[in-house]
Amino acid sequence: MNKTRLLDGSLRIYTVLIFAFIFAPILFSVIFSFNSQRFPTIPLGEFSTEWYVKILNDPDIWEAALNSLIVSTCTAVLATFLGFCTAYSDYRYRFWLKGPYLALILLPPTIPLIIMALAMLAWLSKIGMSGQLYSVIIAHTVLTAPFAMAVIRLRLSHMDENLEAAAWNLGGSEWTTMRHVIVPFCKPAIISALCLTAAVSFDEFAVSWFVSGLNKTLPVAILEIVQGNIDPTVNAIGTFVFLISMTLIIVAQIFLVGRQIKGTE
Amino acid sequence: MTTKITGKKHFDLYAMTWRLPIIIWQGMFFVGPIIFMIAMSFFLVQNYRMTEAFEFVNWEKMFSRGYFWDSYWHTVWIASLSTICAMCLAFPAAYALAFRASENTRRMAIFLLIIPFFSSYLVRTFSWFVILAESGVVNAALGWIGLGPFTMLNTTFGTLVGYMTLTLPLVVILQTLAMASVDKTLVEAAHNLGCKPFETIWRVIIPLAKTGLIIAAVFCFILSFGDFVAPFYLGGSQDPTLPILIIDTTKSGQQWPRAAVVAIMMMVTLFAVAFTGIALAYRKRSSS
Repeated sequence: MNKTRLLDGSLRIYTVLIFAFIFAPILFSVIFSFNSQRFPTIPLGEFSTEWYVKILNDPDIWEAALNSLIVSTCTAVLATFLGFCTAYSDYRYRFWLKGPYLALILLPPTIPLIIMALAMLAWLSKIGMSGQLYSVIIAHTVLTAPFAMAVIRLRLSHMDENLEAAAWNLGGSEWTTMRHVIVPFCKPAIISALCLTAAVSFDEFAVSWFVSGLNKTLPVAILEIVQGNIDPTVNAIGTFVFLISMTLIIVAQIFLVGRQIKGTE
Repeated sequence: MTTKITGKKHFDLYAMTWRLPIIIWQGMFFVGPIIFMIAMSFFLVQNYRMTEAFEFVNWEKMFSRGYFWDSYWHTVWIASLSTICAMCLAFPAAYALAFRASENTRRMAIFLLIIPFFSSYLVRTFSWFVILAESGVVNAALGWIGLGPFTMLNTTFGTLVGYMTLTLPLVVILQTLAMASVDKTLVEAAHNLGCKPFETIWRVIIPLAKTGLIIAAVFCFILSFGDFVAPFYLGGSQDPTLPILIIDTTKSGQQWPRAAVVAIMMMVTLFAVAFTGIALAYRKRSSS
């Protein structure tokens, strides 16, 4: 009995240590962002908002932040729209070549980003669409649509199949049924998908770095600062980006989990 | 049922409104780029300009260079090492979450593990860079107990720390899900029949969770194989991995066709690994 307890205890400690390892870089990055030292170590320096003041006064960072905001908003809308269409097609229809059809949307996340980056850069240059902000939006939509599709498909699988048929029997056309039954039913998943895709797009740097040209997004700005030398402003930008992403994820989670429980009642 | 609704004649506008957008979009911006990249590997570069052609020059050049194969095997080796480390490090934690934790704890843990995916991987890597530095937090802490300082940056250890930052959350999640779906009564039965805990893990849990575990390993390999941040910033890129090779040839060399050759070789390798993994995962267990 004692031995099992010992084993349980050490397993618990081990698990906590693994979590500590996973969260250490995030935690330290936040701590360092408020630390006055340029080369942070322990004992820590004084509390300071110096790095935040520095980024607030940097027009480059403002521009990058604005670019990121535009990119992630447009990406979210496009990816969620495409994800919704595909999820609905998958839910409602069976058709020839459906396997490859689904592979088309689900495959991109399994291909390393650096390969996607090269392929996107080459192709978009070829068709004369590289180096613009919309190039990043196009690439991010390809990368994030699968996530939107998965979230909305999950929601659709909770829908009563007879609901749609009932609406038709009551005289609604397919279009009105879509507008008044299916879209409202999927609304929490749609909001959730918007947040998720925006968050993924907001953090992506490899593909953005290749295709954005001179229109840096925030992660690309971070990449360029990191390439230079140790500059603690990265921690301040990182903390700021982290807060935005977390807000998006928590909103997504609330809509996804909260409504799911309600929906199954 | 859902199928009989589809039986309309020629062109169903409603159905196509939902089906076509993704075909057009991914055709233009996913299939297009990939096919173009494959075609590009046969193009020529003359006077720093790319001309469309069908020559095997780039393939011959890359395959005859020692540095390409050095980089290739180095990447395969370090990604395998990363996969082994992540699978072993994650296992006890996933086991604890799957069998010892309550349903609520498990759900909370998985939610926590999703967070890192949405925090900047670059910032986390930079954070490790500062933590592991010669005068960083870890060496300062070790200094108090009279150890070190150790050089951790620009070593394989540094690269692995980076890879673990990237892969551990996903591997723990996938392993936990794989083991949580194992029938608990079988584990109890093994226990009641006098099977020791470690034997139960080895002979009952691992075989039953095999599919999920292999999927976790495959994803871990794909992520490590394609990552350039950890080997570049924490490993010092003294032995460039394939992703670093792609960046170097694209960004500085203007040699896009050669970068395409490297990218295609990476994809072929990943497909081989993924297919082997899937074949192993779904293979029927021999009666041993």
